[in-house]
Amino acid sequence: MFKDLFNKKRKYATIPSENSKRDNIPEGLMNKCSKCGTIQFNKELEKNLKVCSGCGYHFRLNAKERFQITLDEGRLFEFDSEMISEDPLEFPGYKEKIKKHQEKTGSKDAVITGEGTIGGFPVVVAGMSFEFFGGSMGSVVGEKVTRAIETAMNKNYPLIIFSTSGGARMEESILSLMQMAKTSAALKKFSDQGGLYISIITDPTFGGVPASFAMLGDYIIAEPGAAFGFTGRRVIEQTIRQNLPETFQTAEFNLKHGQLDKVVSRDQMRSTLIKLLDLHLTKEESDYGE
Amino acid sequence: MANELPFEKPLIELRAKIEEIRKFGIEKEIDIAEEINRLEQRYADLEVEIYSNLSASQKMQIARHPMRPTTLDYIQHIFEDFIELHGDRSYGDDLAIVGGIAKLNGIPVTIVGHQKGKDTKDNIARNFGMPHPEGFRKGLRIMNQANKFKRPIITFIDTPGAYPGGAAEERGQAEAIAKNLLEMAGFRVPIICIVIGEGGSGGALALGVGNRVLMLENAIYSVSSPEAAASILYKDASKSLLAAESMKITANYIQDFGVADDIIPEPKGGAHQNVKEQAENIKDTILRHLEQLNGLDEFEIKEDRYKKFRGIGSFTTLENVF
Ligand SMILES: [Zn+2]
Repeated sequence: MFKDLFNKKRKYATIPSENSKRDNIPEGLMNKCSKCGTIQFNKELEKNLKVCSGCGYHFRLNAKERFQITLDEGRLFEFDSEMISEDPLEFPGYKEKIKKHQEKTGSKDAVITGEGTIGGFPVVVAGMSFEFFGGSMGSVVGEKVTRAIETAMNKNYPLIIFSTSGGARMEESILSLMQMAKTSAALKKFSDQGGLYISIITDPTFGGVPASFAMLGDYIIAEPGAAFGFTGRRVIEQTIRQNLPETFQTAEFNLKHGQLDKVVSRDQMRSTLIKLLDLHLTKEESDYGE
Repeated sequence: MANELPFEKPLIELRAKIEEIRKFGIEKEIDIAEEINRLEQRYADLEVEIYSNLSASQKMQIARHPMRPTTLDYIQHIFEDFIELHGDRSYGDDLAIVGGIAKLNGIPVTIVGHQKGKDTKDNIARNFGMPHPEGFRKGLRIMNQANKFKRPIITFIDTPGAYPGGAAEERGQAEAIAKNLLEMAGFRVPIICIVIGEGGSGGALALGVGNRVLMLENAIYSVSSPEAAASILYKDASKSLLAAESMKITANYIQDFGVADDIIPEPKGGAHQNVKEQAENIKDTILRHLEQLNGLDEFEIKEDRYKKFRGIGSFTTLENVF
């Protein structure tokens, strides 16, 4: 099913932005690219894995959409689907914010974890959603990612994490910070055991997530144009009044500065993962699925 | 008293009044002993009242006090034969982090810590204790050495956070922090971390994955500096005091959340009032915790540390709610 998507001849209904007014775009039917202004049918955009036909801009995906285009048949056996955040600091307004994001997105928190197969290879996966609370990492994200790592360790499956995060969950302060140590410690165990971890960084990924699990992959791959780093551009500009290049912190910029292995476009991601998984297939693991 | 904090003003004023009356008594040759005694008692009461009811933002001011003792001050008072080590062997020598080897009561140990400056010039050289990637990597290099030679590691945490700059990002600020967390988790030697001032963000945690995390009484520890948090939460950095209160950054909260294992008392008014006394308190506490870890083998040391961090977090499942 997935292959068909790519082999089909692509047709786009594209209208240059200058010739159209925003108001004329039928809501829910069409979409205007925020980078180049190309207007395209949502259906076409989805067929194109939410990559702009005009400029190649990769629209942000949530975890469900990510699994849909990555896993065989888009099928995920989800872990810890009922885990939700508490309000450990009794932070004013936190409970309401969580609720709002749960209602808006239909998700419980900013990460979904589970297992599935990619090209027949069993994998443990985690996918983050920026739309949920800016993809911020609190106790739930940290715990679910840690459990996913532990499951990968116990089952001897490869681990693949799709990261996106605006930073820490301020409302959980120190507990949010400690999730960085928790996930990294679990990855150390997994790595010592010889576990394979592929980290895929998507737009945007900042703060505690790259300063822990996202930058600890055996292989680190980013989507084109994905911005990532520790401190975001705006904060740097405001704090130290430094002028930064236009391309600062993009995947391509980071590749040039040695921060990742590869920039892989969305339509090549699945096949790239299959190749990587295949290269790590040992005799023992090849028995899976037989 | 120089460098007093705003909330210490009543104490300063009372002290001035006492001195004035004392002088007046001497000049006029009047016996004012009783009056002085009464005022001294009031001073002592006021001191207790102010210092035992410090708010988060008041503690934050003490934690950031310009006279607050730094890592190098404590090294000088706590350890013997300190040899400072420099550089990450890849890029440079980041002075925002210091490290080296020394003896603690005769036992060889490795020490790594954030280092704030003592004056403006020093602070510029040390970037106000905000490390670049090479600082974290220098720390890791020195800790790796401790792991090789089986020396306990003592870290001192005191930073507003990792340095926010273009060059730091280009050289992999996020990766440098992440790597420290990963590697510290795997060391076979005991690690004791002490938050001596400000524990701000991943820049603090990068030296903070220990078997024990200790905090000075007025130290703070949070996911980001209250200023940065305020600009994210309220889109207004000037609301940092509100953020400081809401984020529960003080030592007793950090202990309640299972992060800090012990709180080290400070002299009245803060560590800067008596560095020697403070250093002794810290030394005793380090030795007590090292003693507790003494019987563990290499595997148990690692597991002890893993369990500590594995258990931190607050969540529930929907089934539990209904
Ligand atoms: Zn476009």
